[in-house]
Amino acid sequence: MGEFLLVTIQVDMHDQLALTLQDDLTAQITKTGARGVLIDISSLEMVDSFIGRMIASIAGMARILDAYTVVVGMQPAVAITLVELGLSLPGVRTALNVDRGMKLLVTLRGESIEEDDADNAEA
Amino acid sequence: MPTTRRREVLQLRSDGDVVRARQAVRSMCVELGFSLVDLTKMVTAASELARNTLIHGRGGTVTIESLEDGAKRGVRMTFEDEGPGIPDIARALQDGFTTGNGMGLGLGGSRRLVNEFEIQSNAGTGTRVIAIRWR
Repeated sequence: MGEFLLVTIQVDMHDQLALTLQDDLTAQITKTGARGVLIDISSLEMVDSFIGRMIASIAGMARILDAYTVVVGMQPAVAITLVELGLSLPGVRTALNVDRGMKLLVTLRGESIEEDDADNAEA
Repeated sequence: MPTTRRREVLQLRSDGDVVRARQAVRSMCVELGFSLVDLTKMVTAASELARNTLIHGRGGTVTIESLEDGAKRGVRMTFEDEGPGIPDIARALQDGFTTGNGMGLGLGGSRRLVNEFEIQSNAGTGTRVIAIRWR
């Protein structure tokens, strides 16, 4: 996937597994120098506050490591439930599917390169 | 008064038990013909409440029942622990209130995901949370 990491969550995760994923993913961002993370949750039948928090903190940590996170494929019933639960996933960008998610990552990457250029021009 | 057609009791002692509780609630909802949205809400509430029992109640049990009330069908989940109890239930139900490391959405959020919700708690003797969702 070039400079992006693609993660597909396909099992009903227990909490410890979600935390392990968070650790592994941040380690992989550092190791590979990835500039974006795409998390495909289309197989997830439920996102509760724990998994929601895990996704939000992956996005937060990734951002500090100079990578953007896009979550794709959320099932409509999961989205409805998340809103009612009161979870807003702060700082997490979403896209409908993998294709659109990749395009969004490319766009975000492009914008951040432009920002870098602008910073350099000022200096 | 609704009658119970089937009852299942599960232990809540580990992360894996929370997953098993979600799956048991899911299959009972499927059995009763819940819509996908209703089922997802109930399974999500089950996950939040089971985790509460495990973390705040220091473990306990969940009783999952298939209910029949006239033409109505529903699922009742009763979470019981012998933990420290909830000193201020009104406060515990507020969004953002947390004593653990979560987001503080467990109790208040779960209440919004079900049709009937009740908490019984006494300091020192534990907590019982009852949640029902009708099909």
